[in-house]
Amino acid sequence: MRFGRTIISAVAAGFVAVAALAAQAQAQPTIKIAYTDPLSGPFAQTGDSNLKQMQYVIDYINAKGGALGRKFELVPFDNKSQPSDALIALKNATDQNMPFIMQCSGSNIAAALIEGVNKHNDRNPDNRIIYLNCGAVATELTNEQCSFWHFRFDLNVAQKAEVMVKALPKSTTKVYLLNQDYLFGQSVQRDVKKFLAKNRPDIQVVGDELIPLGKVQDFSPYITKIKASGAQALLTANWGPDMNLLIKAGIESGIDLAYYTFYAHLTGGATAIGPGGEGKVRSVMSFGENVAPAIGNAEAEAFTKGFRAKHNFDFAGAVYRTIFEHVAAAINKAGSVDPTKIAFAMEDQKMKDFLGYDTWMRKDDHQIMSAYYVGVFKKGVKYDAEGTGLGWEVAATILEPDVVQPTTCKMKRPRS
Amino acid sequence: MEVFVVSLLNGLVYGMLLFMLASGLTLIFSMMGVLNFAHASVYMLGAYFAYTISLYLGFWPALILAPILCGLLGAAIEMYGLRQVHRHGHIPELLFTFGLALIIEKVVQMTWGMVAVPYRIPDGLDFSLFTIYGTQFPAYRAFMLLISALMFAAIWLGLTRTRIGLIIQASLTHPDMVGALGHNVPRVFTIVFAAGTALAGLAGVIGGNYRVTEPGMAFSMGPIVFVVVVFGGLGSLTGCFIASIIMGLIQTFAVVLDYSLADLLELVGIVVTKATPGAEFLTVSLPRIGALLPFILLVLILVLRPRGLMGTRDT
Repeated sequence: MRFGRTIISAVAAGFVAVAALAAQAQAQPTIKIAYTDPLSGPFAQTGDSNLKQMQYVIDYINAKGGALGRKFELVPFDNKSQPSDALIALKNATDQNMPFIMQCSGSNIAAALIEGVNKHNDRNPDNRIIYLNCGAVATELTNEQCSFWHFRFDLNVAQKAEVMVKALPKSTTKVYLLNQDYLFGQSVQRDVKKFLAKNRPDIQVVGDELIPLGKVQDFSPYITKIKASGAQALLTANWGPDMNLLIKAGIESGIDLAYYTFYAHLTGGATAIGPGGEGKVRSVMSFGENVAPAIGNAEAEAFTKGFRAKHNFDFAGAVYRTIFEHVAAAINKAGSVDPTKIAFAMEDQKMKDFLGYDTWMRKDDHQIMSAYYVGVFKKGVKYDAEGTGLGWEVAATILEPDVVQPTTCKMKRPRS
Repeated sequence: MEVFVVSLLNGLVYGMLLFMLASGLTLIFSMMGVLNFAHASVYMLGAYFAYTISLYLGFWPALILAPILCGLLGAAIEMYGLRQVHRHGHIPELLFTFGLALIIEKVVQMTWGMVAVPYRIPDGLDFSLFTIYGTQFPAYRAFMLLISALMFAAIWLGLTRTRIGLIIQASLTHPDMVGALGHNVPRVFTIVFAAGTALAGLAGVIGGNYRVTEPGMAFSMGPIVFVVVVFGGLGSLTGCFIASIIMGLIQTFAVVLDYSLADLLELVGIVVTKATPGAEFLTVSLPRIGALLPFILLVLILVLRPRGLMGTRDT
């Protein structure tokens, strides 16, 4: 009997607690961020791992108080890597009055989203939305196609290309370019060549190749061709299976080649490369788990370690924290969640990132300027990648002032 | 010359991998008339099974066990799924296998995760067999060639030289007569389907560590296998074999031959400049579209010879 009463009072207490929480939640609605990326189909792993990393970052930001005392909430929408589905996600987000939409992979999707957001915001001045770009990096998006509503939180292709070119050692004189045949890959191809000509005129481009996106099953013929060209380094911005299979084929054939990539450090890369790639593969990265221990930042290291404890994959997306810290700061500065006010507040906002490096959201084109790293795949690092025993050692750190490049953007700002 | 020899080897290895996948599909397709959309999914399952088994027992037991598991799964699919759907005709069968492919992909993602699993080549085969013009030829590729050649021989001998092959071929054309002679025709179909999926499983065991074992592997391999089966022709194992090798060689050599239509026109004296109408199209080089060539060939063969290279009946 007494036991029964205990249960009843416990349940009653539970109800009261839930009701109180609900009331609080009603008083303080969350700030919703629509997140759209492939969550199904061949590129699902990209979207899925991004989502988990972002959720971890958001939980952290919320625990620190969110913005204006309100918490952030991530609402995922699957876009199946299709621009049309991303636009449906945008429609959903604006129908629910969400102030932000976020998207990371695919510059073709990003281009469609920028157009969609521009049109929507022109037609609905009282229900605007900000597009937070967390990884669609075609340079055009902050040059010719730049938009007041679009904020990019990853370096663009031209900046990454310059970092990559600077990372090439003096002894390298012959390079081979291989990229995917679409907006992003072509953008990389052009920019890498531009910076090679500018910074390293001694380097000869012995091969320049575009491959159909996600269609090549066997990369051995490309390796044969690269070998025949006499290249010392392969520069590629391939991602997903196109990168994994390429490097795997190269390492298996045993040719003497250095691989310079944009994405080898992301999910699946280390597993595909394997122990054979020791010291051969380099990646231009926005973050690596070995950055914090290398500079002795214990707090940042604890933050990334916490993710490892929760998920069994690497926390390459720790810099998503920069996005939410910028957004939260802008909301606090604007004093409201009105997208127009937030957008104005975010312009020229300067902050330290969680590693202590400077970041700057440039007003002219809404492109972030932040520290960047070149990692080399090696044994004996503090945090290995994907349980392979090898990980990304920081080979070079490029600070914020050194990634700044001029822009051709002619920004149109709303009057109110 | 160097590039030619190495490319020839590469093309052969890739072609044989395609054949391993396509042989099971052509077996099912030609014997039962079922276009099995879930075939590449079973290939993926084979790779994942092999990965899990090799964690506990090693690669060699996995080489035997994973295909058997896939075969049993295939038998179950045929007995409890396809046979029920069969009486409603071919379209429901097609939709059934299509749905199955989606389900298998989701199950794999939920069981093994979205990320690639570290399924590696066994240590015993992880060395380079010989070096040709400075490029290593891994022993594992030779192993792949060997397995697929054995597979071809086994299927061919099984179908044409054994009693069960005789009954299978007879069940195809005269099911009622074979039934009247006292053979269990539905069971024959179950065996054929199980054998086909077991072959897909075997291809998965071999191909999973040669390439990368991840949930997208079925999706990326599926279309090209259909091309091989249709190109090779229905009901012809030899056609399937030849088609696989052709596809492998075409894709490999397309990469190496850096020419475009413009270069071809130049031979006959027409120089393509930026002003030429269609210059964008004419200057696209072969490597850029190499991976699409099989699909172009598919369209051509369906227009010119609908029964395929060595097919015995119309599709």
